Amino acid sequence: MIRIGFLHSVLRKDEKLLLDAFQAWPDVEVVPIDDREIRFTLGEKGRPFDVVVERCINHSRALHALRIFESQGVRCVNTSHTAWTCGDKLLTSIVLAENTLPQPEVRVAFTEESALAAIEEMGYPVVLKPAVGSWGRLLAKVNDRDAAEALLEHKTTLGSYHHSIFYIQKYVEKQGRDIRSFVIGDRCVAAIYRTSPHWITNTARGGMATECPVDAALADLSVRGARAVGGDIVALDIFETGSGYQINEINYTMEFKNSITPTGVDIPRLIAEHVVKVGRERHG
Amino acid sequence: MSTVPVCPVCDAEVHLQGTTIVSELVVCDSCSCMLEVRSLDPLQLAEAPQEQEDWGE
Repeated sequence: MIRIGFLHSVLRKDEKLLLDAFQAWPDVEVVPIDDREIRFTLGEKGRPFDVVVERCINHSRALHALRIFESQGVRCVNTSHTAWTCGDKLLTSIVLAENTLPQPEVRVAFTEESALAAIEEMGYPVVLKPAVGSWGRLLAKVNDRDAAEALLEHKTTLGSYHHSIFYIQKYVEKQGRDIRSFVIGDRCVAAIYRTSPHWITNTARGGMATECPVDAALADLSVRGARAVGGDIVALDIFETGSGYQINEINYTMEFKNSITPTGVDIPRLIAEHVVKVGRERHG
Repeated sequence: MSTVPVCPVCDAEVHLQGTTIVSELVVCDSCSCMLEVRSLDPLQLAEAPQEQEDWGE
């Protein structure tokens, strides 16, 4: 029997679909691991699972739980390295740059003054993003110097220390949509357009999902992006620009419930297949 | 005695659809609050955790 640890917080529709998908294998036991209840003893020996699939909502819990499971010899999907990289937009951008993968211009600064200077050098508009965060939360499009000065002061004064790690991205005119592509294993399995009259197109913020054909360039960039972060199962947010596709972000606990119907792809089944394959390899 | 759980926020009965599992999120039809299934026997609902800064994908 292959033992799969299912690391979770609350169970959303995505997690329920995934749990249902695992039912297809009679030789697979799925053990729920609620991150609000689990207690670790560091240094404990023995491998409790063949594979752990991570579906937490809290990035910090996911990252640390994955690292501890790995210290016990458990293969995790995704790995703590992928969680560490993708959970921080700045680290993701560094990895994209190291792999010369296309992304919007990004500058980083650590003080109000240097951040303002960087923004002025880039030209308006820019987008300020917290390095850790998701669902379009606390993104700020900065159109002029007045807004930049106010925002930088607010972030410095009101935010915790990591809001003073200023991640500044050149604003990309998206014509009302961007792309979310899904990579499982070494294959780009599907993609959607996320369309919204608002410049933030996340489906969590009301963006509408429709099917996006996966052309060769999109598939290639998605897979290269996933490889760069070491991702087993990731979703990439991609901009269409005049000079081709650019990777905006990579998500390691991807949500897929809104993408199954428009694409016609059984994404939870494909995730489950990959996790079972990894577990089978580890089980021996 | 009714086995239909009630919403801990507005006290309305919450009728769950399909298979229910522990930790599942459900929405109260009456007050629209997000709730979490905390146990199945007895069926108990609690307010779902509030979104935190590091929540996401």
